Amino acid sequence: MPLVVKGVTKPYGETFALNGVDLEVADGEFLALLGPSGSGKTTLLRILAGLIQPATGSVTFDGEDLLALSARDRRAGMVFQHYALFRHMTVAKNIAFGLEVRPKAQRPSKADIRTRVEELLRLVQLEGYGDRYPAQLSGGQQQRVALARALAIEPRLLLLDEPFGALDAKVRRELRHWLRRVHDETGVTTVFVTHDQEEALDLADRVAIMREGRVEQVGAPSEIYDAPATPFVFDFLGAANAVHGVVDGRWLTVHGARFPAEPEDPQGPVTAFFRPHEVDIDPADGAGFPVRIEAVVARGPSTRLECRAGHDALAVEWTRGRLPDGLRRGSTVRLAPQRYTIFPDG
Amino acid sequence: MNAGASNQDQSLVGRPPKALVALGAAYMALLVLAPLVMVFVEAFRKGPGGFLEVFALSDTWAAIRMTLIVAAIAVPLNAVFGVAAAWAITKFQFKGKSLLLTLIDLPFSVSPVISGLVWVLLFGASGWFSGFEAATGIRVLFATPALVLATTFITLPFVARELIPLMQEQGADEEAAAVTLGAGGWTTFFRVTLPNIKWALLYGVLLANARAMGEFGAVSVVSGHIRGKTNTLPLHVEILYNEYDFVGAFAAASLLAGLGLLTLLIKSVLERRFAGELSASRRH
Repeated sequence: MPLVVKGVTKPYGETFALNGVDLEVADGEFLALLGPSGSGKTTLLRILAGLIQPATGSVTFDGEDLLALSARDRRAGMVFQHYALFRHMTVAKNIAFGLEVRPKAQRPSKADIRTRVEELLRLVQLEGYGDRYPAQLSGGQQQRVALARALAIEPRLLLLDEPFGALDAKVRRELRHWLRRVHDETGVTTVFVTHDQEEALDLADRVAIMREGRVEQVGAPSEIYDAPATPFVFDFLGAANAVHGVVDGRWLTVHGARFPAEPEDPQGPVTAFFRPHEVDIDPADGAGFPVRIEAVVARGPSTRLECRAGHDALAVEWTRGRLPDGLRRGSTVRLAPQRYTIFPDG
Repeated sequence: MNAGASNQDQSLVGRPPKALVALGAAYMALLVLAPLVMVFVEAFRKGPGGFLEVFALSDTWAAIRMTLIVAAIAVPLNAVFGVAAAWAITKFQFKGKSLLLTLIDLPFSVSPVISGLVWVLLFGASGWFSGFEAATGIRVLFATPALVLATTFITLPFVARELIPLMQEQGADEEAAAVTLGAGGWTTFFRVTLPNIKWALLYGVLLANARAMGEFGAVSVVSGHIRGKTNTLPLHVEILYNEYDFVGAFAAASLLAGLGLLTLLIKSVLERRFAGELSASRRH
């Protein structure tokens, strides 16, 4: 693992922005740091960039102590949420900046810099835009320039801080796939900060979920989606339903209905989590636990049932038009989760 | 961003009552226009010859020279300090930041007379720095150094106050980007920060300069009014007036008024052409 973060802490007032972070990133890997705002993901990224120094802990790259290097000596290209392009320089000048500020001995010739800028403009699909100023470009184009600028220094580490956070949903999805292609072409080790779970799961080789200054779980997208380690991770990765129940031996009992439990599941009072679209609906006398439908809401391609079982408020989502007949507000049906994850209470 | 257009867009409430417009016009004419016109009318009361008479006096040229010297020292000092202070305040977090902000504003809130008096007290016979002249042989009070000190104090907030809101708005991301791309501190400042603030800096320097050349109260207290030696142009105007040389006083004053008008002209050119690069408060 070239990038190794060990025991990094960073106090923030009375509490911690980072409270003991351990993380490893493989060579050429695309890792997403996913978490709600205030979870410390941006602080961690800025520590990797050298813009912030941690209070304790170590950060090494291929065994070299990164913390001993200043930001300018790390060769960590960074892309910011609000682009941070140099507004008084043309696109070409922006991209060339990292090469032009090198000490004379290491600076490429003017012709080489021009060639490199052209290459990068082609890579980010902005050929012919070299003479424009940032203000003349759309947000998506500006962010592509920012990426080209960061790649110009041939970084050993590429850091992206919510790079698509300021863009609208459609541009965001386009850029997401484009960024992945650029990554696969350049092969640079990349750490990507986002609070958008869909973006992280769609884009990254591995996802590290952060919460309150710690890494809660790290794994491949399918791994953490299928086997979330904590209720927080389950909840953060998408819409979640929580029902209270009891595990006794090999059975989970929820509102009077029994479901199989695995040997490694906790015993005693538990909360079972399941996704709104991973549920079977049966008529009132079928399998599953009884719920009362409180609302039927048609939303885009799916229909959402808002239900209640005792104190548990639950949501069920079905493809629109595929919903069993006779479901309306006030009727009682039985729900049987197809997949669920059990966590102990307390 | 464009000044004229947005103002017109907002005048959708209809025409204001004529009486109010007349009242406003009269108010401006009486309080701003009349005194300004008066300066030039009085200056030319005895024709161009009378106007030029005061510029034949060596004391007048000494006063002009002194005004230029004082401004030439005080304004660059405050330009450098203002940029440094704004840079520190907007790009870094440190203890005592709000205290520094308050101190920068102090000269705006203190009466100019006090701003002069503090230097008399500091360098006077029983002041903290009373031994300075004996130790160095440099006369401060009633000499050029005191004029420079008082003027620098008075004009200290202008550049910093102009830059802080703009630099706050711009944030520190561009600098952070420059550093991660391998730029050092000075390179970052000269190639990223300074180009982003150059028009606002010029704007602040312009205002500081107008104030430095026009300052009367603080300078009056520390100058000692020694003719041909420690008189600045505003003080020279006062002396001429007190000696009943009204045409001379107004002729000299017209120079200051002209400077004011020139400042105003450059200021509005800056506001029109570079609105986006001045702080938000200047984009009207």
